[in-house]
Amino acid sequence: MQLVKGLFKIPAFLLGLFLFAATLALAFLGPLVFHVDVSTRVGDPYMAPSAAHWLGTDHLGVDMLSMLVMGLRASLYVGFLAGVVATIVGTLIGVYGGYKGGLLDDILTVLTNLFLVIPTLIVLILLSSSMDKGRSLTLIALIIGGTTWTWSARAVRAQSSSLRARDHVALARINGFSTLEIVLEQILPYLLSYIFMVFILQTATAILTEATISMLGLGPYDSISLGKILNDAKTNEALIGGKWWAFMPAMVLVTVIAFSLYVINTAMEGVFNPRLRK
Amino acid sequence: MTVSAPVRPLEQAASGPTPKPAKSNAVLEVEDLRVHYVTRFGHKIQAVDGVSFSLKQGEILGIAGESGCGKTTLVSGCMGLYIPPLFHTSGDVRIDGKSIVGMTLEQNRKEVLGQKIAMIPQGALNSLNPTRKIKDMAADMILSHDESADKKSINDRLRERFTRIGLDADHVLNSYPVELPAGTKQRCVIGISTLLNPKVVVADEPTSALDVSTQKAVIKLLFELMDQEIISSMLFITHELPLLRHVSSSIAVMYAGEFVEYGTTEQVIFEGRQPYSRALMGSMLSAEPGQKSRKPVAIEGAPPKLDKPIPGCRFAERCPVAQPDCRTTEQVLRIVAGRQVRCKYADTEVVEQVGGGL
Amino acid sequence: MTDALKFQAKNISRVFGHGKKSVTAVDNVTFEIRDREIISLVGQSGCGKTVLAKMLLRLETPTSGELLFNGKPITATGDPRNHWRQVQAVFQDPFSCFNQFFTIRSQLKSSFRLFETKPSPGEIEERVDQALLAVNIKPKEVEGKYPFELSGGQMQRMLLARIFILKPQVLIADEPTSMVDACSRASILDYLLKLKEELSMTIVFVTHDIGLAYYISDSLYIMHKGKMVDRGAPDDVIKHPTSDVTKQLLEDIPDVHRQWIARGTPVHAAE
Ligand SMILES: Nc1ncnc2c1ncn2[C@@H]1O[C@H](COP(=O)(O)OP(=O)(O)OP(=O)(O)O)[C@@H](O)[C@H]1O
Ligand SMILES: Nc1ncnc2c1ncn2[C@@H]1O[C@H](COP(=O)(O)OP(=O)(O)OP(=O)(O)O)[C@@H](O)[C@H]1O
Ligand SMILES: [Mg+2]
Ligand SMILES: [Mg+2]
Repeated sequence: MQLVKGLFKIPAFLLGLFLFAATLALAFLGPLVFHVDVSTRVGDPYMAPSAAHWLGTDHLGVDMLSMLVMGLRASLYVGFLAGVVATIVGTLIGVYGGYKGGLLDDILTVLTNLFLVIPTLIVLILLSSSMDKGRSLTLIALIIGGTTWTWSARAVRAQSSSLRARDHVALARINGFSTLEIVLEQILPYLLSYIFMVFILQTATAILTEATISMLGLGPYDSISLGKILNDAKTNEALIGGKWWAFMPAMVLVTVIAFSLYVINTAMEGVFNPRLRK
Repeated sequence: MTVSAPVRPLEQAASGPTPKPAKSNAVLEVEDLRVHYVTRFGHKIQAVDGVSFSLKQGEILGIAGESGCGKTTLVSGCMGLYIPPLFHTSGDVRIDGKSIVGMTLEQNRKEVLGQKIAMIPQGALNSLNPTRKIKDMAADMILSHDESADKKSINDRLRERFTRIGLDADHVLNSYPVELPAGTKQRCVIGISTLLNPKVVVADEPTSALDVSTQKAVIKLLFELMDQEIISSMLFITHELPLLRHVSSSIAVMYAGEFVEYGTTEQVIFEGRQPYSRALMGSMLSAEPGQKSRKPVAIEGAPPKLDKPIPGCRFAERCPVAQPDCRTTEQVLRIVAGRQVRCKYADTEVVEQVGGGL
Repeated sequence: MTDALKFQAKNISRVFGHGKKSVTAVDNVTFEIRDREIISLVGQSGCGKTVLAKMLLRLETPTSGELLFNGKPITATGDPRNHWRQVQAVFQDPFSCFNQFFTIRSQLKSSFRLFETKPSPGEIEERVDQALLAVNIKPKEVEGKYPFELSGGQMQRMLLARIFILKPQVLIADEPTSMVDACSRASILDYLLKLKEELSMTIVFVTHDIGLAYYISDSLYIMHKGKMVDRGAPDDVIKHPTSDVTKQLLEDIPDVHRQWIARGTPVHAAE
């Protein structure tokens, strides 16, 4: 508890939290303040910002602010889902391997390292381009999560194997706890704050990854996303035409989300990670 | 009041640090210090209850007492580390004449901790981070004090200091804690704690997990640090009273948050006048021929809970020679046979029934 | 003491790691532990005592050699729980022995998992209370408390209370008194002696304190760098040490012991 209080005294953490809360507010409270509609053309293509359309319109004449809100929601969704998938898969494999040690751990480590050297982006691009129609937002999130979990697995494995040497784990064993119970009761609780930090990082990474592949034109077919807005702006010559409102806000948003999550993570690490604390 | 300037027993001078001309100015003064914890249920636990002592330049004071008697809490109190749930109740702690109890933690960290007073924490051996090299942990200590120190100068400083305390600096600094034997680890902990040449070092059970040979080496190292004037005085905390014979010139025995006997080493170890300190000596187990059949003094029970005031003597519940009035009359520290004692019968034969040795 | 053998170790070793970085924690050790005997393993920090103890507990596997329990290989009973019903332990570092996320009491209660027929909840509570009282802790004192709210000595008593609940045939006690003062240490030792008498327990006492080992044990094993360098009845080992390690160990005992004994016969010796 005391640690949590300490966290709220760190300016960087507060800044990160504020920025992240602001993006959440824009995504979910925005529609209460202004009208969000991405299916009707409200004016000419690339209308400059005005009182009626605060961020102008895009290449089709759709309200840009509406596009942003929907894109932001999609990005957060991808980030969250991919983050959850990567954290759960990575944590399970990492904790189990770290605790068990031996051959199983070796196999898992090789597997982890294999996934680590496979460039996620290339796999994503290959997968995405081979599935033109089925490329839904959820699928993209799952692919991102399914290829980036190795990072959490490695981080968690190291922590878990150092816990294995603690006597409370040995005591649980001679109390007759099963391996699964030990992992869930004796090891996971010690890693919770750590896993939460890993989750935040995984989320940030997923949001950036989605933006990258969407910008390459391999975004979801069923949804708007911040990356797709950028891609649209690029393919419809908004950059050359100096139509800044078509790409700047999306770019700023992606940066702000990723930045705020990284800052939150760094601050938490400073507080929770005992080696930095000591 | 304080105990008169300690005289180092002859046989100790051979092993102990060379005595310095005793300067009269106290480095650390603790005056009627009271410190309490607040538990999750809101109870107040008075873990240190009215402790006074002063530590002079060049002096080593040993504090002995059983687990839970408040030794570590006293250490935190002396260092001004009042981090909830630990709070300062009353009394004063002065380092170099300057009170530190009113300081904020930040101020304390910046001006006092590590530089004027440093701690060798209890269980430091097991609390070293297994994933970091010794040199990284040592560098943190320097950086915490001097943020602008560059890598090279830190490295030089660490190597110089680690070599000086008799370690193979290149090897040790680049090792992870698990790769080192316990004795070496403890030397590293001591080396890191004293990097900034603090005046007072508080060693909280630095030898408790160690075998006799390693224990000896650690004590020797602490003496060397004093001889080389890296540190100037020391508080040595332990639960093994006999050990202090070879460490300190004066001893305070602590029980349930209070000092119960405070005098010179000779007085407390060989001529204790308080049942608890006598029992501590009497329960010593020694691998000397013929000692196997000797029954050590065993004291059942546990110290009283400190969440409410205790009317009489705190040791009375367990005292083998407790008298009917011990549980009701409040005991104060008074001078008997040249040392401070907290026992109504300290000057009678009653206490002599405990322990033995005289 | 009977002549039945509880444990028999034949040339067991435990090596960690491979190749150049390998550490031989226990090096080709042969010994036996008789039923209802208290043996002590004494040695410097890092000499392999804990690793050896963990092998007896079936928490570590010897890399070579043979380890018999009750005449059969230790792994003969497929389910290690069978082993742990008979062989239990008190670990060295009480601060790291409990899970910080559960109350002490609930962790004591989890010892009942080993019972083949689990007592009723009411009886479990009752037996936990009894066990706490047996180690001189008032149940109320630790009610609802978490491990970090107790002192090291209290936690060591908790570990002993656990043994009282489980009543194993063999107890492996790894430095069970490292955190308590001398008076309480003597009372814990009395408690162990009582367990030996009343429950016919065999006790393996691991310590670096030769004085303590001398007092409590029926036979003494001195370890150094993974090897057994001296063994025998305590008085023999103390009076006629055969190895330099033992001699050094006896020499390093603080002089205060001798001085204090020389000052007079302790009153209790008369008993
Ligand atoms: N965080 C805490 N909250 C409440 N009570 C505490 C806390 N920490 C310690 N105590 C209590 O304060 C008393 C003194 O504890 P302290 O750690 O100072 O003892 P100690 O003499 O250092 O013991 P040991 O030899 O085991 O280290 C004990 O009774 C303990 O239960
Ligand atoms: N899991 C492990 N991996 C690698 N080396 C280990 C492991 N466990 C123990 N060792 C090594 O084995 C040796 C013996 O360790 P052990 O813990 O048995 O010593 P000990 O005699 O119990 O010492 P102490 O008195 O400090 O507890 C040490 O050198 C240690 O570093
Ligand atoms: Mg302490
Ligand atoms: Mg050990």
